Amino acid sequence: MDGTAFEFFSIASGFLGGLFVDPFIAFVDRPDKLIQIVSQGLSAGIMYSLVALGFVVIFKASGVFNFAQGIMVVFAGLTVVSLIEIGVPAIFAILLAIVVMGAMAVAIERVVLRPLVNQPGIILFMATIGLAFFLEGFGQTIFGADPKPVPIDALGIPDDKFRVLGDFFRKPVRIYQLDLTALIAGGLMVAAIILFLNRTKIGRALRAVADDNQAALSVGIPLPFIWVVVWTLSGLVAIFAGVMWGAQSQAGFSLAVIALKALPVLILGGFTSVPGAILGGIIIGVTEKLAEFYWRGVLGDGVEQWIGYVIALIILLFRPQGLFGEKIIERV
Amino acid sequence: MQADATPTQASEKNILLSVNNIEVIYDHVILVLKGVSLEVPDGGIIALLGANGAGKTTTLKAISNLLRAERGEVTKGTIHFEGNQVDRLTPNDLVKQGVVQVMEGRHCFEHLTIEDNLLTGAYTRKDGRTAVQNDLEMVYNYFPRLRERRTSQAGYTSGGEQQMCAIGRALMSRPKMILLDEPSMGLAPQLVEEIFEIVKKLNETEGVSFLLAEQNTNVALRYADYGYILENGRVVLDGEAATLRDNEDVKEFYLGVSGAGRKSFRDVKHYKRRKRWLA
Repeated sequence: MDGTAFEFFSIASGFLGGLFVDPFIAFVDRPDKLIQIVSQGLSAGIMYSLVALGFVVIFKASGVFNFAQGIMVVFAGLTVVSLIEIGVPAIFAILLAIVVMGAMAVAIERVVLRPLVNQPGIILFMATIGLAFFLEGFGQTIFGADPKPVPIDALGIPDDKFRVLGDFFRKPVRIYQLDLTALIAGGLMVAAIILFLNRTKIGRALRAVADDNQAALSVGIPLPFIWVVVWTLSGLVAIFAGVMWGAQSQAGFSLAVIALKALPVLILGGFTSVPGAILGGIIIGVTEKLAEFYWRGVLGDGVEQWIGYVIALIILLFRPQGLFGEKIIERV
Repeated sequence: MQADATPTQASEKNILLSVNNIEVIYDHVILVLKGVSLEVPDGGIIALLGANGAGKTTTLKAISNLLRAERGEVTKGTIHFEGNQVDRLTPNDLVKQGVVQVMEGRHCFEHLTIEDNLLTGAYTRKDGRTAVQNDLEMVYNYFPRLRERRTSQAGYTSGGEQQMCAIGRALMSRPKMILLDEPSMGLAPQLVEEIFEIVKKLNETEGVSFLLAEQNTNVALRYADYGYILENGRVVLDGEAATLRDNEDVKEFYLGVSGAGRKSFRDVKHYKRRKRWLA
């Protein structure tokens, strides 16, 4: 056989093997490692979900893609951390942060949204880009540009790890309590938001505004009030996301780029779906970690960075509204 | 009868809504209404007639204050509801006072169920859950079809059902007056009759007054008590519905029948040109 042809075959089979065979052999060979990686992916995914959730809440009720969500997360996290730093008890720090985010919602409604009422979505999107840069500069003036560690003890977040399944595998799987806390608290928050949207009068009004704000206006739903409610709600989500995300590393302005990580999550889950944001985040998080660990050899070192966007692209081709998004109703 | 009393609408019934010589400008430059005046008596069904672009929808939106969301503005004239000036109120306050609009093209909340659609109509009410439930029941009694479709997403219901849903949703705010914009649009003739029958019934039993904008002059004049005809942003003719129905010009221009038998096309064209109310 010709030497170059043989070389080609061996490279090709090596590539395909690396893509379709080796990882699965590794799954079976070391299930403890697989579980470990999936759990890491879960914890990263929950963080994506929390940021995506903030987007969904605002998008649902106003059709605005809020580019400033990432910086709001940072802003909220830093507010809590800074308040605790100057000696405010944790519980008050969180309550004060809620007040701050509420005040911010009122200000945004007055200064940004009200003058732009009934403008196309793209104009509002541009306005939120402006808002993002303003908040970043303003935040750096207030909090300083350096990242701050989150005082986990003061907030009462457990920081230990469980070792489980040690009897089954060669090594026990480590489960971090921090991740577990994020998972449980995140779940509770999502449940609360879903209940709020589906079971309360304001929640129903919010969905109505999302569908047709002219009609909502015509039945007497006050749009400015609804906007303040959704921005406050997304501010609440931002506080939680900021603190939990900060607890994993540090609370700093570099976290604002996580907003871009939420984009594939939103496309996957659907821009209008609360459960979609959560599941989308988890799927993206787990896929990223699996890809990084098992497919890095064949797909390259950067795979963790781009795999989410590739998934989003594929989803866009087949289900433009995302996995769980509201179906686009068209009458012909 | 006193000598100086002129038998106007005002002397017969309480005036619920009075629109006094309003002018509406969109985007600061486009003059749409050039002085429209009209009155709606308590318990009346008033028709606002005219062709496309005559200003019917703008008049309704000026009353319901939805204009501002479309960059329109009432620049002259006043609007009074039950004697109070209302042209500076927000739509929210106006709904609380008892004026609600059903917009042209239904505008149901597509992704909400029919029942949720109806319940959003009760947003401004403060009289408690049971009262709202009772009214929901009332709406279902007027529109039995909505009860059948209560759990369907409104976007998947038929045009007629959506129109019923939009009217039902407006009813849920317990209005004194409904501004009904083009209820016949895109509906089969039989359904149009059905909708107008229900409007009439609501008017008689619930005491809701209606100001309805219609292009279907024929149907509108059969159900309304009084009509205004708009052309180019002005009221060009008004009168009792029966009077309007017999008016030669209305017959010629809006009802498509003419008492004088078949004319040649040349005559008709000439007549219409001569008779145009506005240059």
